[in-house]
Amino acid sequence: MNVLLIARLTLLEALRRRLLWALIVLTVIVVVLTGIAFALLVDNAHQHGVSELELIVGVSQVLILVAFMFSFVLAMTAAFLGAPAIASDLDSGVLLAIAARPIRRADLVLGKWLGLAAIALGYAVVAGLAEVSVVDLVTGYAPPDPLGASAFLGAQAIVLLSVALLISTRLPAVAGGAVAVVLFGLSWMAGVMGNVASALGLDSLAATVSSARFILPLDGLWRGTVFSLEPPAAILVLSGAGRGVGRVATSNPFFAASGPEPGFLLYVVVWVAAVLGLAIVSFRRREI
Amino acid sequence: MSPALVEDRAVPHHGLGPAIETDGLAKRYGRTMALDGLTMQVGRGRVFGFLGPNGAGKTTAVKLLLGLARPTAGSARLLGAPIGDRATRARVGYLPELFRYQSWLTARDVLGLHADLAGLSPTHRPGAIDDALATVGLADRGSDRVGTFSKGMQQRLGLGVALLGRPELVFLDEPTSALDPVGRQDVRAIIHDLRERGTTVFLNSHLLTEVERVCDEVAIVDHGRVVASGPLGDLLGDATVRIRTSGERETVHAVLAPFGAVSDDPPWTVVRGCPLDRVPELVAALVAVGAPIHGVEAGRETLEEHFLELLGHRERGASAEMAADGASGAEAR
Repeated sequence: MNVLLIARLTLLEALRRRLLWALIVLTVIVVVLTGIAFALLVDNAHQHGVSELELIVGVSQVLILVAFMFSFVLAMTAAFLGAPAIASDLDSGVLLAIAARPIRRADLVLGKWLGLAAIALGYAVVAGLAEVSVVDLVTGYAPPDPLGASAFLGAQAIVLLSVALLISTRLPAVAGGAVAVVLFGLSWMAGVMGNVASALGLDSLAATVSSARFILPLDGLWRGTVFSLEPPAAILVLSGAGRGVGRVATSNPFFAASGPEPGFLLYVVVWVAAVLGLAIVSFRRREI
Repeated sequence: MSPALVEDRAVPHHGLGPAIETDGLAKRYGRTMALDGLTMQVGRGRVFGFLGPNGAGKTTAVKLLLGLARPTAGSARLLGAPIGDRATRARVGYLPELFRYQSWLTARDVLGLHADLAGLSPTHRPGAIDDALATVGLADRGSDRVGTFSKGMQQRLGLGVALLGRPELVFLDEPTSALDPVGRQDVRAIIHDLRERGTTVFLNSHLLTEVERVCDEVAIVDHGRVVASGPLGDLLGDATVRIRTSGERETVHAVLAPFGAVSDDPPWTVVRGCPLDRVPELVAALVAVGAPIHGVEAGRETLEEHFLELLGHRERGASAEMAADGASGAEAR
């Protein structure tokens, strides 16, 4: 199983190059610091007589912001792991000896992807659950679906990772990383634009931007993270508080009235498979 | 490195076709013709030297044969199978010119990875890795990370990777470029052992002494074309006698003409194709006409001389790239 062999090699590289350790240490620092911040927030809120419902909404919003930071870290990690995955080995010559072995080019691409996806998903789940546990411990707020939120974060990283890997078959690592980061930014902006257009009733613009969001389906997954972290009570308040308030709330990138549809999730799976297929075709045609 | 390259294994190649067979193999990169219609055969068990100056198309040829690049024209077969055949690559070893191995792995890890990729059975794997390490002189460095290795040690590791699992055909692309003289001698010993074992070796090099010492056959390539090929003995031809004389030029030429093809390489007069046992007779003939003789050198033409002659670079300056090869001419005479 050459795919598993390359995946294991990719994981070993992340471990030996201390990437995993760096991520773990930084995550521990972030979780501890945000835990302290949440404790301060709760203390202050109690001192100032803030209602429990308001406090829950506040805590959940900060938690979603922390999740956004994690999504940013994951996006950068995915871009800078995916972009050099093949390009660097091509540049350095490491691939010369490997590709001369009886291994399919597809196995190389899939093995790299599998290893990197495992890192991204593993990091998202471990960091996400650790953060949620600390928040629960400090504030008493437990979001409805912490595992789902982490999985959506990981899925975003996998989407970006797949694009970076595709680019990696053609562009040098640095250029590929830059392109992947810009695509992440554009996708996020498209999500915000779509929500604003929708909130203002600009239906045709909303439809146009929405279709653009399918090109790189990151925003839909981010909505899934947000929805999984929001308290149901807040959703009820915001969604049912009159058309105007509801619309403004909908345009907020840190609020989601609903999670992703199963059809969208299926689309993401097909999208990732298609990008990987393209990466394999591109790498097969690439001369070493 | 240990010259004793583990126990012999007879490669069953008698009655099989050539190890490498190419027919009009060509590769164009944009407007550059990197390889221009390579047609050749390398017999099984032979040590074949593929010679040429930098940029002649040697590495391109190897990459095409290994399926790393696609030919723009022509075809080739490796161990009887069309190039690009995956299963055949399990029987082939390769040391790239630009050798780089994962710096974060140990030497043993790198060999383990390649053992797995080559499909070595779990029972043979540990022994094959130990053999490879011992053969290239890295037995005591197997547990060290590649990142701590010198360039020469990395090239030794690359050689170990290429020899792993006793492949039937080994491509060595400039295998001594990073090695010191001791390392080069070790590589020559390894190639000799490979020949004893019946392994076919395709040696890419611009270091002529190296090729001259180990190869059975050579092809000289320049600007993507083979300009000469054949067994080394045939290619170098008869002996050459160089005479330094202050005798009158026409007289000297007339006297030497019966002994071979006479030409001038001032201050030397060169006679090509003169059997060595006729040298005393040649000298006597010159003395008989009263031509003062200041020096006589007799020997076969070296590969370097032949190479430079073929490539039309007789000037010493043009042979600067060969400088790394040291005193090749003197040693060969």
